[in-house]
Amino acid sequence: MLAFIAKRFLLLIVVLLGVTMMTFLLINIAPGDPAEMIAIARYGLENITADEIEQIRQSEGLDDPLIIQYFCWLGHVLKGDFGRSLITGDPILKEISARFPATMILAFISLIISLLISIPAGIISAVKQNSCIDYLTRTGAMLGTSIPNFWLGLLLILFFSVTLGWLPVFGYGEVRHIILPSITLGTGLAAIITRLTRSSMLEVLNQDYIITARSKGLYEKCVILHHALKNALIPIITIIGMQLGHLLEGTVIVESIFAWPGIGKLLVDSIFARDFAMVQACVLLFAILFVIINLVIDILYMFIDPRIHYKKEG
Amino acid sequence: MPLLSIQNLNTVFYSKKGEVKACSNINLDLEQGEIVGLIGETGCGKSVLGMSVLNLLPNNARISGKIIYKDLDLLNLPSNKMRQIRGKEISLLPQSPATSLNPVVKIGSQILEGFQLHRGMKKDIAINSSIKILNLLGLKNSEKNFKYYPHQLSGGMKQRILAAISITGNPSLLIADEPTKGLDALMKAQVVDLLHKLTKETGTSLLLITHDLKVASSLCDEIAVMYSGEIVERGSAEKVLNNPYHPYTQGLLKSMPEKGLHPIKGYSPSLLEKLPGCRFYSRCPLRNNKCNNSEVPYKEIDGTYVRCFGFD
Repeated sequence: MLAFIAKRFLLLIVVLLGVTMMTFLLINIAPGDPAEMIAIARYGLENITADEIEQIRQSEGLDDPLIIQYFCWLGHVLKGDFGRSLITGDPILKEISARFPATMILAFISLIISLLISIPAGIISAVKQNSCIDYLTRTGAMLGTSIPNFWLGLLLILFFSVTLGWLPVFGYGEVRHIILPSITLGTGLAAIITRLTRSSMLEVLNQDYIITARSKGLYEKCVILHHALKNALIPIITIIGMQLGHLLEGTVIVESIFAWPGIGKLLVDSIFARDFAMVQACVLLFAILFVIINLVIDILYMFIDPRIHYKKEG
Repeated sequence: MPLLSIQNLNTVFYSKKGEVKACSNINLDLEQGEIVGLIGETGCGKSVLGMSVLNLLPNNARISGKIIYKDLDLLNLPSNKMRQIRGKEISLLPQSPATSLNPVVKIGSQILEGFQLHRGMKKDIAINSSIKILNLLGLKNSEKNFKYYPHQLSGGMKQRILAAISITGNPSLLIADEPTKGLDALMKAQVVDLLHKLTKETGTSLLLITHDLKVASSLCDEIAVMYSGEIVERGSAEKVLNNPYHPYTQGLLKSMPEKGLHPIKGYSPSLLEKLPGCRFYSRCPLRNNKCNNSEVPYKEIDGTYVRCFGFD
């Protein structure tokens, strides 16, 4: 078990090296001179001179070869120093830790909402297969997977904020502010989990051990929730784990739509401003989260499926 | 009055290809303490008949006719009443022990839930009772096994656990669905021994569904032979197995390895097919014109009921 976790952590290092290298490359391939962008941000478009741009290039190390820039950055990160924002000059760590909770709250609430809707909906849909409620759920789930969240977000704003005036268009800090963003973010996940719960339950309900459970005279509730759901949860957990990554991805779009002060919006803003250091730090954070979620899911398996043990190989 | 009386039972599955008539016009009685064997080849509707009694068929099945247990009409029982019958009055010993235990629930919990439900026992008393039952079934150290999951047990142990589960409610009728399927000779003998013990010691009636004629002959009082959804011959085990009348039963016995392994030529008709006369017609060595045209009635010959025109 411990060996398994240690192995996964070693893998984490490799993954993170790859991810940071890729982003470093991609940012530098993108058009536009970073030194110029930084100069504009610092001094304003009218006031910059070629000398100032050159000076920034020198002081930020932007004329060094890419590989040197990368290892220079890596060296600092290993010491816990993420550097300062190229635009505002504030420490990056401070900025990220200030915004991190907002993203986590949004992702967490979205996850909870989508699980609360999708798992019961999937179970009911499977138990009452081919009934009216099953068709409704399946239609809803199909719509949910097909609607892109940037469109859903705008639609929700138009309806609930502009037309009805019930909820604010954007803002942060109160319960009413999180309702629309979390629904926008959670819908896709809820739809996927609903479909998966339904199909997984349908498969499990056909198994021999369900007949055994029924033949004991158990209450149908016990058969469904204890015997069937426990088995059906195994693939569901896998997909939730994989989809959590997409949920983080979704925060980038949803936070931008609702002006939610989280990492996602920070990332988008930094990309537009060519704040390399900030982009790198955000991407690193997302990558770490992604890998840790996967690790947690793998460990969770052991508690759900007693047949899985990481102690013995193979 | 028989303990269980199946009258004119028809079980039909509605599928995309049409109506699959898995059981047609089944009549079968089972007395208290009696062991009735239901034999026939794979796919003849034996298991469906067993499952019809417990009302545990998939949603696309329609059961008609009458199943009278004690004085209850099982097919018209509300689902909650039927649930109370299962496990407590009529229980099932399922086929394939490998897949019939829930892989993610501990053995102990799977055994105990029946006790707690049917006998209202507290957990510690239930544990003691189930250990007693498992000992009776020859499973030692059962308390240790309680903490295991099914994949940690051998096939024989799973079989015993399932047997224990099926008798936790002290049922009057046990339906054993191919309990010896896929077992080696030694295990088979153990299971036969087990079933014998179960029924003789507790006075439980047994409906034994099997395609193993040897198992049937060593356990059963009565035997019903099923072919393509119908019972073609029914009588005491001794008579049916030693002096069969129906050409199918004769063919079945001849196909046993001990009797020279002579298989019946041809295949049984699909249960989707509606035939006007005898369903064994196309394979029957004794067929005549009458057989293919009209409904075959049962005929009593020397205490055995046979569905064949060959004995007029």
